[in-house]
Amino acid sequence: MKRSLIGRIWPGATAVVLFLGFVFPVYWMFATAFKANKDIVGDDPVWFPTSPTLEHFEKAVDAEGFWTFVANSFITTAVAVLLSLVIALLASFAIARMRFRGRRSFILVMMMAQMAPWEVMVIAYYMMVRDADMLNSLAPLIAIYTLMVLPFTVLTLRGYVAAVPKELEESAMVDGCTRGQAFRKVIFPLLAPGLMATSLFGFITVWNEFPYVLILSKDPSAQTLPLWLTGFRTTFGDDWGATMAASSLFAVPILILFVFLQRKAVGGLTSGAVKG
Amino acid sequence: MSAQTEEAAARPASRTGKGGAPPASGVSQRTGRAVPYLLILPAAVFTVLLLGWIMVQNGLLSFQNLNRRQLIRRTTEWIGFDNYTDTLGHEEFWRVTLRSVVFTAVNVALVMVVGCLIGLLLARLGKRTRLLLLLGLVLAWAMPVVAATTVFQWLFAQRFGVVNHVLDQLGWHSMAEYNWTSGQFSTFFVITVLLVWQSVPFVAINLYAATTTIPKELYEAAALDGAGVWKRFTSVTFPFLKPFFYATTFLEVIWIFKSFTQVFVINEGGPDRLTETLPVYAFVEGMNNQHFGMGAAISILTILILLALTAYYLRLVLKQEEDEL
Repeated sequence: MKRSLIGRIWPGATAVVLFLGFVFPVYWMFATAFKANKDIVGDDPVWFPTSPTLEHFEKAVDAEGFWTFVANSFITTAVAVLLSLVIALLASFAIARMRFRGRRSFILVMMMAQMAPWEVMVIAYYMMVRDADMLNSLAPLIAIYTLMVLPFTVLTLRGYVAAVPKELEESAMVDGCTRGQAFRKVIFPLLAPGLMATSLFGFITVWNEFPYVLILSKDPSAQTLPLWLTGFRTTFGDDWGATMAASSLFAVPILILFVFLQRKAVGGLTSGAVKG
Repeated sequence: MSAQTEEAAARPASRTGKGGAPPASGVSQRTGRAVPYLLILPAAVFTVLLLGWIMVQNGLLSFQNLNRRQLIRRTTEWIGFDNYTDTLGHEEFWRVTLRSVVFTAVNVALVMVVGCLIGLLLARLGKRTRLLLLLGLVLAWAMPVVAATTVFQWLFAQRFGVVNHVLDQLGWHSMAEYNWTSGQFSTFFVITVLLVWQSVPFVAINLYAATTTIPKELYEAAALDGAGVWKRFTSVTFPFLKPFFYATTFLEVIWIFKSFTQVFVINEGGPDRLTETLPVYAFVEGMNNQHFGMGAAISILTILILLALTAYYLRLVLKQEEDEL
């Protein structure tokens, strides 16, 4: 097939332009975080941080209660994700490997729950938590976060469990394992990558969650990083250097996890989404 | 939604007690009949109880006159359908609904068109440029919503924001100190750019992944018949990916319709509440203005709209996965 020079070059050129467009906001966040103040608020933007500084990061980390927010974010995320993984693993094993009446309904309920509009149900949950006198504590946050990530975890793990060949389990049982042992010794190790990829999405959901913590935790002792980040500008009066340093600190754990697990994660997502 | 969810979920749970399931086949013959029910029990109970309770609570609240005063005194005043008749009779509600629909339509159209074009481009690229573009997409995709929203506030900041600077340099001098959050349209513009930037990678990467499953022979056959680029797209790519297009479009409709954090954080629904979409409207009315009953009624109406969309989406997906269920 003959093609003109332009015909050969344009896909690559467009790709580079698009790459720059998609990367720029991420780049600008890091660049601003490392720039000296005079470079941030100058008449001409400085495109590269020529004299990098860590002062914004120091300011962000020294902000009042920062370590409380970090601890709260890690506790809520870890507990919610682990809890949902354990509950989901049991359920996904049942729906992937066993035939039983009500299985289809259960999957349907999980699909409905996965699409539940959490953003619109904050008022009702606020009232429930208030009636139980549990505002400003982590427990109600962990409960709702577990509920948020559970359906997705069940449905995704189902695919991973189903992908482990049945024969492996059967031969383990022929060799004298009980079903529980076969699961622990044969299936579980093979599931590890699936568990990692699934927990990544749970991690992102909980790490990012904003509306619930916004109304349930008015007291800083029970607030998480998203609140700290969105309140940062108001507290520090348009200090963009410090705000971007805070954003960077918030984003880095996710970016690292995502880039590492990207292949499996995308694979997992597409196996659910694409059935051509 | 509550009734359906509960009813459907209650079935597997209630059977656990009766143990009236048919004998399991194959491997599971040795295990008891109750085992699958015991395994799904924690997930079912947790989801049904908590989600069901929230939904019931939401319904009850929507029939109450519950404002700041009643909240502090902890009194319950039932007012029947007043919240609903008030909401539905209020011009504001219909304006917000129309706004949400237009907002969703514009965003989804942009996301799908841009996402699909980039997905098709990915399929045409050489190995190295493809990896480069994928890296950019994955970075944008991975960026946490709250961090991304803060970054976009900085990009579009009135003073020292890079967007205003570039527009000024390009000769549009009135934009030099432009306040993006001062107007309805410009605020929506920023939110749209943010949402499109965040949502396109999902569509593009999945579309690319889907195109790799199209058998090469189909294209060869089309090429033999003398089909051009456009003809090959309409006769091979599109029909093959049709289920994917439908499912993804619906997923995007649902996601964008209920997006809260981006819309709320950029400008809190302002200026003058002109950028409130339904989820933000329910939140501001219920939590900020402390008309909790009213907010609950708006949220029920929003949930009904979303439920209709979701039901249609699930029908699409279930049709594709029929054999797997």
